Amino acid sequence: MAAAPLLAIHDYRLVFDGFEGTAHVLDGIDLELGAAETLGVVGETGCGKSVLAKSVLRLLPSPPARVVAGSIRFEGVDILAANDRAMRAIRGPRVAMIFQDPATFLNPVFTIGQQLLDVIAAHEREKPKAERRARAAMRAHAVSLLQQVRLPDAEALMGRYPHQLSGGMRQRVLIAMALSGAPALLIADEPTTALDVTIQAQVLRLIADLVRDLGLAVMMISHDLGVVASTCRRVVVMYSGTIVEDAPIARIFAQARHPYTKGLLAAIPTLAGSAAKLSGIAGSIPNLIAPPPGCRFHPRCPLAVERCRAEKPALRDFGGGHRVACHRAEES
Amino acid sequence: MIVYVVQRVLLTGLMLFGLICITFTVSNVAPSDPAALAAGPDATRDMVETVRREYGLDKPIWEQFVRYVSDLARGDFGRSIVSTRAVGTELAQYFPATFELVALAMGLGVLVGVPLGMLSAVYKNRPFDHLVRVFAVSGVALPAFWFGLVLQLTFAAQLELLPTSGRLDIASPPPPPVTRMFLVDSLLAGDWQTFADAFAHAILPAIVLSFPCLASILRVNRAEMVEVLSADYIVAARAHGVSPWRIVAVHALRNAMLPTLAMIGLRYGWMLGSTVLVETVFDWPGIGLYAVSSAIAGDFKPVMGVTLLIGLNFMIANLVVDLLYGWLDPRLRAAQ
Ligand SMILES: Nc1ncnc2c1ncn2[C@@H]1O[C@H](COP(=O)(O)OP(=O)(O)OP(=O)(O)O)[C@@H](O)[C@H]1O
Ligand SMILES: [Mg+2]
Repeated sequence: MAAAPLLAIHDYRLVFDGFEGTAHVLDGIDLELGAAETLGVVGETGCGKSVLAKSVLRLLPSPPARVVAGSIRFEGVDILAANDRAMRAIRGPRVAMIFQDPATFLNPVFTIGQQLLDVIAAHEREKPKAERRARAAMRAHAVSLLQQVRLPDAEALMGRYPHQLSGGMRQRVLIAMALSGAPALLIADEPTTALDVTIQAQVLRLIADLVRDLGLAVMMISHDLGVVASTCRRVVVMYSGTIVEDAPIARIFAQARHPYTKGLLAAIPTLAGSAAKLSGIAGSIPNLIAPPPGCRFHPRCPLAVERCRAEKPALRDFGGGHRVACHRAEES
Repeated sequence: MIVYVVQRVLLTGLMLFGLICITFTVSNVAPSDPAALAAGPDATRDMVETVRREYGLDKPIWEQFVRYVSDLARGDFGRSIVSTRAVGTELAQYFPATFELVALAMGLGVLVGVPLGMLSAVYKNRPFDHLVRVFAVSGVALPAFWFGLVLQLTFAAQLELLPTSGRLDIASPPPPPVTRMFLVDSLLAGDWQTFADAFAHAILPAIVLSFPCLASILRVNRAEMVEVLSADYIVAARAHGVSPWRIVAVHALRNAMLPTLAMIGLRYGWMLGSTVLVETVFDWPGIGLYAVSSAIAGDFKPVMGVTLLIGLNFMIANLVVDLLYGWLDPRLRAAQ
């Protein structure tokens, strides 16, 4: 990892204020990401992956979202303190995001061209006046972006509306939009979950190729370790708003140390042993309003001891970029 | 898109036919003796028979209908018993006055209601939103005549800023009639003084007429904006760095305008049919007063004429709304 990380999140705590109480959705996230590093974030539904991703771009509605502690820095800029102008200089030109369901993330009443041009024009406005491009140049850029994400007949596509496109095409359009500002970091929040299996593979390959060709750093969110393994070199496992394990992908498969990660791995059906039983993780997602004290995983953990109930385990470094938050990590 | 337009126009034609059938039934079929009705209460039997022949009421019903429609097509709505003038002429006199008022009120309702609704959605549950809510609720709740009187007392009687009633100052002659809308005619004649006078007279009644309409446009637009602003594509636009005001006023508003447009169309028709209170308070010689006084006098033809005219306007408004819908929402166009 480079000396100054691209993205640095420290002890980030975020809550949602609601009628039923305050939900402690992110509980002390510590994470650094270097330039051109590919990071996967996995965890079961509701563990806070999307919230973490949106936090980086400060996209959460506040209220109800409220940052309680910690910091997020991107290229040295304090995201939590930045004003709207500074945020706009980051959103798009520096950090771009693609989303889970391409059907709902495109505006239904504007053409693809209008939307793409709007985003390009917004980035253009962040530049000094002399460097801004003319409308025709922006349009040419838009078309070339659509070609870059391997959409056929890009010129005609500019005049089409989202409902006239298939899911895979829409996701490619969103990827083109994300690339339009030439960002340094791409956040992909389950970009293939809503797509057909065959399309999923194509889109994943596209993202992997783009990331490699453009030298992007990527934060790929998924609940599927397989997806992450195919596109990322490092993976972070989240459980109930905390990072429980962080390691190079090979290391996760070879020697995961956290009981939750092991549970996740055991839950992956293998081709060879597809008939074998799927060992899921017993118990249900913990309540975020009154989370379990100590380690949030202890009620479902087969190894839990008294200490786990009382004391929250810190993320400890095990060397080789492997970090684990478990009191009993040495034993496994 | 062309298919969509043709479809809408045909549908409007069909609705108009339906409306004509209704007014025909009411005026020529439903009354036990339409000839006696047309001849008036004091007519002798001979007179009634003359009228019957003259109006073709002794002919078979379909022939009567054909005649009715061809009369309408020529702008012949029959005669008023009270004034003995042609209803068409009277409508041409009264309708522009009302239309002028309604158009102003509608403009006010849209130009104020839409931005206020949009802003209160942006500032949802903040003081501004609460203030606007109070404003909107009073718009729906205040009785028009009371509100009109209060405005008259304040701005005309006490502050003497605006005239109390009428369309023009007594001393100033009306502009040469072209559309019979004084605002338009005075502009056409290049007569700025009359224009200013007509405008000053129209302000208070237009405000009173538009207030409930403005309030409902505002509420619908706010509700839609709140919904749209939490949509995924708005989050995406923000993530891509589009500026907040552009997101609100372009990306979100266009989506929120769809239901708002429907409300605007409805309100237009509703306003045309409910100007009578405002016309009474402000002594505005419009179609509402005309219809009510004709109805009280038992004068049938003018009432039917007004019904047809308002109905026609309503349909045109709906057609315009439908076409705008199709223009704003590509999914509708494609659905054809
Ligand atoms: N706008 C919001 N208001 C209130 N609570 C929210 C909001 N957004 C997310 N949450 C809560 O935050 C928690 C984490 O949600 P998040 O969307 O990050 O989960 P996730 O890990 O992305 O799950 P999934 O795999 O289903 O996408 C959930 O309990 C959710 O209910
Ligand atoms: Mg999510």
